[in-house]
Parts: sequence; structure tokens; C-alpha cells
Amino acid sequence: MNIDKRLVRKDSLEKLFDILKQNSKTIYAPSTRNGKTTFKAAESWTGVSSDYIQTTQSSKDVAFPRTEKILDYSKNKDGMSVKGIDLKDIPEVVLWGIRPCDAIGIGELSSIFNWDYKDEIYNNRLAKVTVLGFSCNKSDEYCFCTSVGGNPGNTAGSDILFTRMGEGGDYIAEIITEKGEAIVSVASALFEKTDISEKGKYLAEVPVQFNHEEIREKLDKFFESKEWIEQSLKCLGCGACAYVCPTCACFDIQDEAHGKNGSRARCWDSCGFSHFTIHTSGHNPRDVQSARWRQRIMHKFSYMPERLAVYGCTGCGRCSRACPADMNILEHLISIQEATV
Amino acid sequence: MMDNLYMPYLMRIEKITYEAPGVKTFMLKFVNEADQKNFSYKAGQFGEYSVYGVGESTFCIASPPTRKGYIECTFRQTGKVTNALSGCEEGSIIGFRGPYGNIFPIDEWKGKSLLFIAGGIALPPMRCVIWNALDMRENFKDVTIIYGARTVKDLVYKDELKDWELRGDVKLITTVDPGGESPDWKGEIGFVPTIVEKIAPSSKDTIAIVCGPPVMIKYTFPVLAKLGFTDENIFTTLENRMKCGFGKCGRCNVGKVYVCKDGPVFTLAQLKELPDEY
Amino acid sequence: MDDLIKRAKELLETSAVKVVIGYEEGTGNKTRALFAEKPEDAGKLIFDSRCIQNLATYLTKKEIKEKGKIAVAATLPVMRSIIQLASEFQINDSNVIVLGLTPDNKLVEFGNLVDVETFVHKFQIDIDERNKEMLDKLEHMTQSERWKFWIDELAPCFKCYACRAACPMCYCHRCTVDFNQPQWIPVASTEIGNLEWHMMRAIHLAGRCIDCDACYNACPLAIPINLLTKKMLLDAKEHFGGYQPALKGDHLMSSYKPDDKENFIL
Repeated sequence: MNIDKRLVRKDSLEKLFDILKQNSKTIYAPSTRNGKTTFKAAESWTGVSSDYIQTTQSSKDVAFPRTEKILDYSKNKDGMSVKGIDLKDIPEVVLWGIRPCDAIGIGELSSIFNWDYKDEIYNNRLAKVTVLGFSCNKSDEYCFCTSVGGNPGNTAGSDILFTRMGEGGDYIAEIITEKGEAIVSVASALFEKTDISEKGKYLAEVPVQFNHEEIREKLDKFFESKEWIEQSLKCLGCGACAYVCPTCACFDIQDEAHGKNGSRARCWDSCGFSHFTIHTSGHNPRDVQSARWRQRIMHKFSYMPERLAVYGCTGCGRCSRACPADMNILEHLISIQEATV
Repeated sequence: MMDNLYMPYLMRIEKITYEAPGVKTFMLKFVNEADQKNFSYKAGQFGEYSVYGVGESTFCIASPPTRKGYIECTFRQTGKVTNALSGCEEGSIIGFRGPYGNIFPIDEWKGKSLLFIAGGIALPPMRCVIWNALDMRENFKDVTIIYGARTVKDLVYKDELKDWELRGDVKLITTVDPGGESPDWKGEIGFVPTIVEKIAPSSKDTIAIVCGPPVMIKYTFPVLAKLGFTDENIFTTLENRMKCGFGKCGRCNVGKVYVCKDGPVFTLAQLKELPDEY
Repeated sequence: MDDLIKRAKELLETSAVKVVIGYEEGTGNKTRALFAEKPEDAGKLIFDSRCIQNLATYLTKKEIKEKGKIAVAATLPVMRSIIQLASEFQINDSNVIVLGLTPDNKLVEFGNLVDVETFVHKFQIDIDERNKEMLDKLEHMTQSERWKFWIDELAPCFKCYACRAACPMCYCHRCTVDFNQPQWIPVASTEIGNLEWHMMRAIHLAGRCIDCDACYNACPLAIPINLLTKKMLLDAKEHFGGYQPALKGDHLMSSYKPDDKENFIL
């Protein structure tokens, strides 16, 4: 399939941003605060960061917010009135600046939210998102997208993928979907026709570090290994890895009451927390950190591929960067691949 | 209203039955007639019952799908939500999401004998399939129910136990733990696995359905194996911490299985393939 | 740090301890915790200015405690945490050997926790200049300015509880936020919900925090939550006198004296 490739001058990015803003789009772009770059609604071009290898948090909260109200209720003398959320209020969002690994992650996350039962709240939010991906010119020691079937110039998941042609260069823009074409149509002057098509040489080098098929097969026999204990000794059991991950979807459902009214919300949770699986009786099926660490890896590299035909990992490396105890998932996976069963 | 997976049906508590200390049964009717008409489920499925403002809790649907117009649930007052449910009165409105989960393959059991073994508060998940079977009794050969609780007071569905005893086409054996008997207790005395061994029901052409606290299950399976039951013919329903009920929140993920989607009904053969994380 | 490696090897070879907790090279230029259980693992031990993770947090971790007697390579903040943990009956001489790493990079092995305490008391806990400036600024804000500051700073927090996990003093098997009868602090991450969590944690640390910055270093979003705990520390100094972790003596928040000034209430 021939992808429509255009040239976007480096100064045109700001112009594109302004045009989208004028068209009342909410633009969700990387911005830096306290030295960390994360996605937030950008008011102006000056707030948008561009010099990052990867953001601290993923952009999954654009479709799967950390706290999502799912219903309101109100007790009255006639009984109970319960209202769902109004999907018409969901704004159109342009997700600006995500990496190819994150773009793939959107698909992996979506597979969870559409496994047999379709979560229409999630789907409606995602439907309003246009993804403007930016290829990676640089990578660091945490990145391993190529080991899980991705690559720094992957177009999958993006509506338009921009690749910068070297330091301070212009961009090749690949228009991949209809949503991408819609963006081009409101700013067609900025997307110039071009013959340039070769982007490979501008992309970061991300060597393949493990074979994910081998790991998946190994994991089937690896459940009882002592390696899980050794690997997880330094894990502190917080939720940082799950929360920054683009494909982690575990959630909690919590009610909040204020007198006669209240609401119910779906909010992020993590299988790494010690009380994630605890029963009211006190019985906890996963009451040691090694069992919880094992669950994380098994779920992403064995259970999800088996049941949902996708991996639960994009190789973005955020979990390792964010971990306060330096649990480096890449290291752990290589160690699993090399371990004897 | 759009298709909101998380939106419960509004249910009115029609009748509250006090079963045992801390254990109640609610009979629930749909507030909206249309919901009632469109609702159907099969034995084995469960729901998320909620008290608005407090939260949701997971229980099986304890009434059989052969009885229309209402559903029932039985629960023990244990935690935050069950405490709040316990405080509800007849006429209160609660929420219900469901039905979720897989089913007891009762159609595949036609022509066979059924052996139900339950302990304590685990009779409710079985009650649904017991009544379902009894409502089409002619399809099965022998029906045996072995049910035990810690003490006489802890036996649930006391009225129905009488019904089953008096029916004539069901063999009912009730037991209480040693020391749990009352002066006028006429049933067996002994732990459920011990009584199963004593009664020694035949495994020929029989399906065993077992539900109970982990310790009871652990000792009952070997007894059934000794009696000749194969792993494929022993069914159980798993209790697990659940939240969403539809395979997304991750809490009930055990091995490659989600208890809320692939279960909660499992054969012993399937259970043996799961890691010991439930 | 050859002295450290040598001593760690000895302790493991003689089975005087079952595990030595120290630092090793991590990813990139980071360091991370090392759990040396075999003498040859001790060779990986390092120590330099990058080693700031507070290792005392592992001393209350179930899987580590179960191993038996532990030796821990302890910088001054880690030593302070150890004294505080000991004063709260979480560890004692029978389960911990402290391999002290002094501010001038020397190894000092302590015979017992009283000796560690003597060493620790030679140094004052002082807030560094940059944070002092920030605290001063906050002090001079109006209440509504300060409210807005914290609501804004805490807005990105997503309640990952990395701060809690990294703090040696947060060792409760069941944290306040894990209770749901009643639900003291709401679970979901919201503006007010975030504030409630951090305020509650800061107050639970009054009189216990030894200013190691583990919470701030652990936060994936670099939210300056350590300002809250530093403020608690300064308040404790001001209202209750000097501030040092001590093996014996009153615990600030759980002691009552009839002549408590309570200037902050009255």
C-alpha cells in the first residue's frame, strides 16, 4: 500500500499547531514540568516540548483517564435516579508527539477494552483522538521496541507519522488514515508534495535484545522458577510501572458519596500493589512481591498474547525509567531468556 | 442511555430472608419492566450487586433461570459492601450488573445422575443449579445433595432443605461439624468430606458439583477421586476477588484465565491447569 | 569501596548474616539496591555520591526479613532511618548489622545500635538551602496562595504510592488508604483526593521523617512532596524542641505532656 508522503518544513509545525487550535481542537502535547515531560492540554506552542526521547507517562489517559466517572446517582423520595455519562461531552483531541511505540500501545490497550465486552466509554474517547506520531531520531538504553515487534519509524497506530530528517531538519509526514487526511485538509499548504520517501537513515538505532517468541514459550515452563524471587527483591511494590505504562489497564471501581448524591468512578490500579487480589476474608492469592512481579511479566508476555493475540508491552522503557528501585524490565526479560528452566 | 458496561440495572428489594447469623437472601425485582423482559441468564452466572455510594460486591445469582420475574442473591455480611447491603430494607433500590461468567453445562448432564456437595455459605452458588435441575427433574437419574455447615444455625435455606428432604426424588444428607449439633439434630455429624466418604455415592454416570470453603474442597476432591470420579466430571465454582465482572480490570486473572469470563464454573481438570493463585 | 566489599564477603562467608544490602551499578548512570547472599556477590558492591536510595526501606520488607540477619551499608540518612525504625520496634540488634558509610567515605562497623545512635547524633538534620528558600516562600504566601500552590503541584499526582513505597517509615502492612471501612482517603486520583493523601502522609511522618528525600526521588513526576515532610520536620523542631531520631525517648505524635505548648492550635 502506498502511503501518501509529504514534506513539512520545520517552521510549519508551529503553524499547524496554531491552525488546529483555531479549529477548536484540544491538543494534548508533551510539556516539561519539574524536569519531567508528560502529556497535557497545550495552550500554546511555547508550552510544547520536543526534545525528549520518551515522556515520563504514556498518553493512555486520553482514552483511559486515571479517574473516569461512570455514573452519577441521587437518592430522592421516589427512590433512586442514576445517570450515565454523556458521551457527547467528550472533546475532539489531537494527540501530538507520541512515539511509534505508544501508537502501537493504543492498539494493545484497545484490545483489552474490547475483549468480547466493548467498553463504549473508552471507545468513544478513542474515536475522538487523532494521533500525530513522531518517529524516534534518538533512543536510549531503556528502549527496546524492536524486541517486541516494533520499530522507531513504525506507522502502525498513528494517523500521521512525522519523521524529522536529521538535527534541525524538516519532516517527512506519512498520511496513514482518513483522520490524518482530515488534518491535512485543514492545513494543506503546510503539507507539501515531495519525492523524499526514505526515512530509515534518520531513525534511531534500537538493537534487538531478546526474542519475544522464545520468551513466551519459556514463560510457559517458568512459573515455579526461583528467578522471580531474585528479580523482585528490590521491587518496592508501588504502582509507578503500571501507571506510566501505555498498555496497563488494571482498574478499580470506587463509589464516592456526598449526602444523598454521589458518583461511581473507574480509576487506575496496579497488580503490583500488595492488596490488589486480597479477599475480604483476608486470603491473598498473591501475597508476596515475587508472585506479583511474576504476574506482571506473565500477563504481558504470555497471557495477553495467548488470549488477545497482542503483547502487553511496546518496549517504550517507561517502567524502567520511572521505577524508584531500578527494576529494569529489559534486563529481567533478557535474564529470563538466558535462564535454564 | 448509551451502552455503558458499568451501568447497573435498578433493582428493588422485594423480600429479605434471614438465613443464618450474618447471612441474608434478597429477592430482587427489576424496577424497569423492560429490563425484566430482556433479562435472561443461565445457572452458574453471577452479578455485581451494588449499594450506590458504597460499592459493588460479587455474588452468584442464587435463583434458577426456570423461575421468572425475579432473581435472588444470598450473601454473608463480611466487608464494606455486604455490610451496607445488610442494612438495606425491603423496598430499597440497589444496583445489579450481569449476568456474567460461564454456566453449569446442565444440558450436557441430561441422562446422568447428579451429586451436589456444598459447605456453608457455598450452597447459594449451587442452589441455582440444584433448582434448575429439580425444575426439570425427569432429565436426570439420581439426584443426591450433601450439604454441611459448621453448626445447625449456619445452615442456609433451611426451608428449602426441608422441601428437598420431603420431595422423594432427592436424596438429601445434611451434616454439621462435630460439636455443631443441637440436641434435636437428626442429620449427620462430621465434616463434609468425611460424610461424602461415608455415604460413598456411586460415580457411575454421575456428575459431581462441589462448592465450599478452600479447606473443604481440598479434602473432598481426593474422596471423589477414590470413588472413581474423573476430573472432567467434577465441577466447581470459584470464588475470587472481582471488580468489573467482564475481564478487564485484571483482578481475577489467574494464569491464562479470567475467573469472571472463563469461569467461575470450572471442571477439576481445568482447575488443575491453573497456577495456585486463587 | 574495598573495605566494604571485604567486610561484606567476610560476613557472608562466616554466615554472620544471611544477606548484605548495599548499592550496585544500575541502568545508565543510576545505582540500585544489591542483595548479596553469596560472598562472590559482594564484589558488586559500590559506594559513591550517586548512592542516595534509602536502603532502610528494605529492612521492613517481609521477603527480606524472612532471610534472617541482615547487614546494611548505611549512609547517614539510612543510619537515621535505622535508629527511627529501631525506636519503633521494627528492627533491633539481633537482626541488623550496620556497616556505616560516613560522610567522608569511610567504612565504620558499629557493634550495636547504640553506637549508631551516638554517631548519628554528631550531625544535625539540616534542610538544604534550595528547599529552605522554597519553604520560606511558602511561609510567606497567604493561605489561599498556598492552597493554590499545592492543588497545582499535586494535580499531576496519580497516586502510584512510589513515595510511600520508598519511604522507610511507611512500613504499615495495611496503609490508611487500604482501609475501606471507613474509606478514610478516597482511592481515585482527583485534585482534592491527591491533597488528602499527601497531607495525611505528611502528618503521619511528623516526628519520624529524617529528611532523606526518598519520597521526592521516587516520585516519577518529580512533585516536591518532600516540602511537606520537611515542613513537618521544622514544625517538630520549633514546637517540640530539638530533632534527632533516638532509640529511647518520647515519640512526638504519640506522647502527651501536660505542659505541651500547642502553639499551633491556640
